[in-house]
Amino acid sequence: MNRIALQMLLGDRAKYLGLIFGIMFATLLISQQTSIFVGILVRTAGQILDVYEADIWVMDPRVKFFEEIEPLPDTAVSRVRGVPGVKWGVPFFRGQVVARSTDGMLQQIMLLGIDDATLTGAPRKMIMGNLDDLRRPDSVIMDRDGFNFIWPDEEMKLGKVIELNDRRAEIVGFCETTPPFVTTPVVYSRYSNAMKYVPPRSKQLSYVLVKASDGQTPEELCKKITAQTGFAAYTWRQWAWKTVGYILARTGIPINFGITIALGFIVGSAIAGQTFYLFVVENLKQYGALKAIGVSNGRILLMVLLQALVVGVIGYSLGIGLAAMFFEFTGKNVPALRGFFLPWEVAAGAFVAIMTIVLLVSVFSVRKVLVVDPAIVFRG
Amino acid sequence: MSQASQTSPTAATLAAAPVAIECRAITKEFVNGDMVTPVLHGVDLELPAGEMGFLVGPSGCGKTTLISIIAGILTPTSGEVTVFGRDIQHLSAGQKTRFRRENVGFIFQQYNLLPALSAVENAAIPLIAAGRPYREATAAAAELLSRLDMGDHLKKQPRQLSGGQQQRVAVARALVHQPKLVVCDEPTAALDAHTGHRVLELLRAIAISPDRAVIVVTHDNRIFEFADRIAHMDDGRILDIERNGHQRNSGASAATQAATTRHGGSHHV
Ligand SMILES: Nc1ncnc2c1ncn2[C@@H]1O[C@H](COP(=O)(O)OP(=O)(O)OP(=O)(O)O)[C@@H](O)[C@H]1O
Ligand SMILES: [Mg+2]
Repeated sequence: MNRIALQMLLGDRAKYLGLIFGIMFATLLISQQTSIFVGILVRTAGQILDVYEADIWVMDPRVKFFEEIEPLPDTAVSRVRGVPGVKWGVPFFRGQVVARSTDGMLQQIMLLGIDDATLTGAPRKMIMGNLDDLRRPDSVIMDRDGFNFIWPDEEMKLGKVIELNDRRAEIVGFCETTPPFVTTPVVYSRYSNAMKYVPPRSKQLSYVLVKASDGQTPEELCKKITAQTGFAAYTWRQWAWKTVGYILARTGIPINFGITIALGFIVGSAIAGQTFYLFVVENLKQYGALKAIGVSNGRILLMVLLQALVVGVIGYSLGIGLAAMFFEFTGKNVPALRGFFLPWEVAAGAFVAIMTIVLLVSVFSVRKVLVVDPAIVFRG
Repeated sequence: MSQASQTSPTAATLAAAPVAIECRAITKEFVNGDMVTPVLHGVDLELPAGEMGFLVGPSGCGKTTLISIIAGILTPTSGEVTVFGRDIQHLSAGQKTRFRRENVGFIFQQYNLLPALSAVENAAIPLIAAGRPYREATAAAAELLSRLDMGDHLKKQPRQLSGGQQQRVAVARALVHQPKLVVCDEPTAALDAHTGHRVLELLRAIAISPDRAVIVVTHDNRIFEFADRIAHMDDGRILDIERNGHQRNSGASAATQAATTRHGGSHHV
């Protein structure tokens, strides 16, 4: 009977394609929107994750997420270093600066100042130039997307000079970073250099990055640092989650994405559900004939489930394929979406969601078949 | 009450049963919410095995309802139905489904073929439903279709077939599993006289044997000559059953006369 079920499905080309299209569309919408959502959340914590050397981030207790800075006094570094269990502690600066170039360009950038001695927090992947050149005076490293953003028509080349707070800064390298939440170029410099690129203030230090000694759990050390210095201290994981949590709680992003994802769900299920329902209902007489002939309800249920499974799997495969292609293309060609991809968790979640929809709809539609009076076969 | 209804339906009694269909005081009411529609008001009917019985009567008198009960599709409100000695109204829904699958073949006015399947697949459905392998089932169906002069159309879908050809596929589907009882509702209503004749001829040739029976609901007096007996029905009752002594090979004029004359009298001939 399985073969017959499949033939019934394929026999109705138009509805078969409609079903596949509906499920494909729902899959695409759900997986694409969820992926972008996940991508944005990762971006918000991207700069934290990029600093892979540090176990712990120390900051002013009033800081709520990565992009909002309440500076610490310069003495904070040595105070943190004084806490037992701290292997090393280095300063880290993060700020917004306006960059100006000789060709008249004006651009807000994210400036990251890393420890002069160790370059802790330096970009992990250089594309052009040498990380050590950062030690030269007035030198900075810019991320590739930043460059392409500022000078879309130019080839990347070293030695370009920009002005930060009226001070000369020479680009000695290009790197790849996790793109920030708001698409801004990212510029790295030594900490001492960065201090020249921002207007002087009494307190400038954004974070102290800490490595725990061997045998010292970062969670324990955080407590000790807080107890001894009064600063807030989080493991990198806690800090990344705190930042993501802040974005979730304080912006419209989750709601908007939630709405889009829900819409994808609803529209997709409506299309797929409606078509499948119609498919089943319009075949009611055929099922009635089968029931009259003596096909049991259980068999008919299996037939309908098989039909649902087939359109579900095919529609899902096409939809997830389209979503993957979308990210394959935009991930490379659209800077605003660079680094966005289709996480396998999202693909798996979309599969579960789609199959749930399809199976629910088929069970819902099949109810009509199960109660259909086989006597309908005798009526015109 | 019928003796047959108390007989246990073993294979031996089934084969030996002289009576194909036995209905005693069947009533049927349809209940839709508060609305109760009484349709059958105490039907007594008997059809011996080896015969083709016709059920005729005005539209709405309950013919379809009655054969649905006989075929195990509807349950009577009261009364007794036995089919080849098997008391069917007391079967569970699942048992009824199985009873139909094993013992009943159906032919409908609208053919009710599955449009996506080929002729041979349609005809093979009862065997496939009974769990026979696809190849075996379609081979048996193909053989039967060939006997029905449909050998050249095995792979065609219903929409590629004429009405008469579709009805022959339906005949094959009704007979492929060699059911004891074949139930037909207006099998010729959508066919021209000649094609209708041919379908009935085939049905008689293949479906009638000493331990099998066919019951046909029809308005079509052009085919009355094929009946062994004709039950006249009106308003949910059997008015009379006439024995059609002149079967189709005894000449059309006699059959027509028999069909149009009402003899009255006993319902059991
Ligand atoms: N499910 C149902 N619910 C309510 N009434 C029904 C139902 N099925 C049939 N009836 C009624 O029962 C009566 C007999 O119907 P049935 O189909 O048995 O007639 P019929 O003799 O086969 O007529 P026809 O020759 O037009 O096919 C009709 O009045 C019909 O309206
Ligand atoms: Mg009828």
